[in-house]
Amino acid sequence: MHQHLDSLHKKYLASLKRENRQVLVVQLGILISFFVFWEVAARQRWIDPLLFSMPSRIWNLLVTRVSDGSLFTHASVTMFETLFGFMLGTGIGTLLAAILWWSRFISKVLDPYLVVLNSMPKVALGPILIVGLGPGFTSIIAMGALVSVVITTMVVFTAFREVDSNYLKVMNTFGASKKQTFRYVIFPASLPTIISTLKVNVGLSWVGVIVGEFLVSKQGLGYLIIYGFQVFNFTLVLMSLLTIAILATIMYKIVEALEQKLLKQY
Amino acid sequence: MATLQLQDVSLGYLTKREATLALESITFSVEDGEFLSILGPSGCGKTTLLSIIAGLLTPTTGQVTLGNQPINATSNIGYMLQQDYLFPWRTIEDNITLGLKIKGVYSDFTKMTALNWLTQLGLADKKDLFPNQLSGGMRQRVALVRMLATDPAMMLLDEPFSALDYQTKLKLEDLVFQTLKREKKTAILVTHDIAEAIAMSDRVILLSPRPGRIHRIFNIPNDIAEALPFQARQHKDFNDQFQSIWKEMESLASTS
Repeated sequence: MHQHLDSLHKKYLASLKRENRQVLVVQLGILISFFVFWEVAARQRWIDPLLFSMPSRIWNLLVTRVSDGSLFTHASVTMFETLFGFMLGTGIGTLLAAILWWSRFISKVLDPYLVVLNSMPKVALGPILIVGLGPGFTSIIAMGALVSVVITTMVVFTAFREVDSNYLKVMNTFGASKKQTFRYVIFPASLPTIISTLKVNVGLSWVGVIVGEFLVSKQGLGYLIIYGFQVFNFTLVLMSLLTIAILATIMYKIVEALEQKLLKQY
Repeated sequence: MATLQLQDVSLGYLTKREATLALESITFSVEDGEFLSILGPSGCGKTTLLSIIAGLLTPTTGQVTLGNQPINATSNIGYMLQQDYLFPWRTIEDNITLGLKIKGVYSDFTKMTALNWLTQLGLADKKDLFPNQLSGGMRQRVALVRMLATDPAMMLLDEPFSALDYQTKLKLEDLVFQTLKREKKTAILVTHDIAEAIAMSDRVILLSPRPGRIHRIFNIPNDIAEALPFQARQHKDFNDQFQSIWKEMESLASTS
């Protein structure tokens, strides 16, 4: 019986492995055929290579830009702005949520304002930011933070409020102060929500920073895109897009790894 | 010497729709080291009464004193809830020392005391685990340790066995009973389980619902009160006690 079970288990594991392999093969197949089709279509003039470029040209440009170091400069500027904006947005959002949690009165007063701010497209504030903070890093980082800060505040505040009241009862029977309750219960209990807003904010901050760079910058991947568009160099535009896709994915994966490490016990 | 005294305690609940009276003129006292149960149908304000005794709610009228001091939120009272409510992100050791840290009395000595409690309840090897790695019964024992670690003057138990399976519940009743008796702790148990109330306590207060009032107080005979809960349930007079309380509760149900 035992041996039979063992062999069943092995078969089950093998079938799981086979399924994973199949998924991977199809995923790679889609990716490769996409690029092959693109290349062929451009070379055969089915699509205009001036507008849509082709993978080989993008690759060549990528190699030159990487070897002369200019891509690195642009990418690191954008990365820096995104990281900063993202941390600022999440940090300030969490802080605001804590203030709202602290005072029921303030939270009631601010509720309609938050709703309005949340439904407003934050990138529309770009010109005002530039006027206020000057055309440069500060505006772009502010933009990266602004797109995520309101939604973070709302989501994290809801998480703070929804902490099981029995946990608070435990704290009250110990005679805990409000500060202690926040530190020992409210914050750690809401950590899963805060981390999951981090994941959303990574994407949002990229939006804010790229739009910010469209508007003002002289450096960065957003600048490369808008510059390439203006001089009609779509190979440059697509290469920048590709770089953004790769960097954004890496950042998302890092946050995901952080999530797994921090939330082991939840 | 009476440790806990409730004098004419009433509580009104205010909501948008109405103001309701949840508890009306509750007066009783609990002697040092006594085990008292508060029994009643659901909605009679048992848990509310316990919250008042814990100092979490302020009564609308009346007074609660513990050893002649009025009760407030910082009074040294242990409270055990229906479920363990251990903090899942803290290890067992961090859970049981949390009360000490909040009260600002965390030291090597108090930490040793807390860990000693853990050993006495047979969980010494679990101190570095997290709550989700323990069974329901173990978790409730940890919750008991968390409460005992702050060395409370009085223990309030809010149906702490109701979420456990029957076997675990009977074992834990014995364990809690033994532990509290050995430490001569005063305890108040809230429950809707008549058998549990008889098996564990010296006295049972029966509340009537809406508003909660003291309907009757039963003195449990010494033989039953002093025996371990599991043995008490086998006692020849146990069933008579059960029947008399049962009838009273039935009469409450039929009048309301």
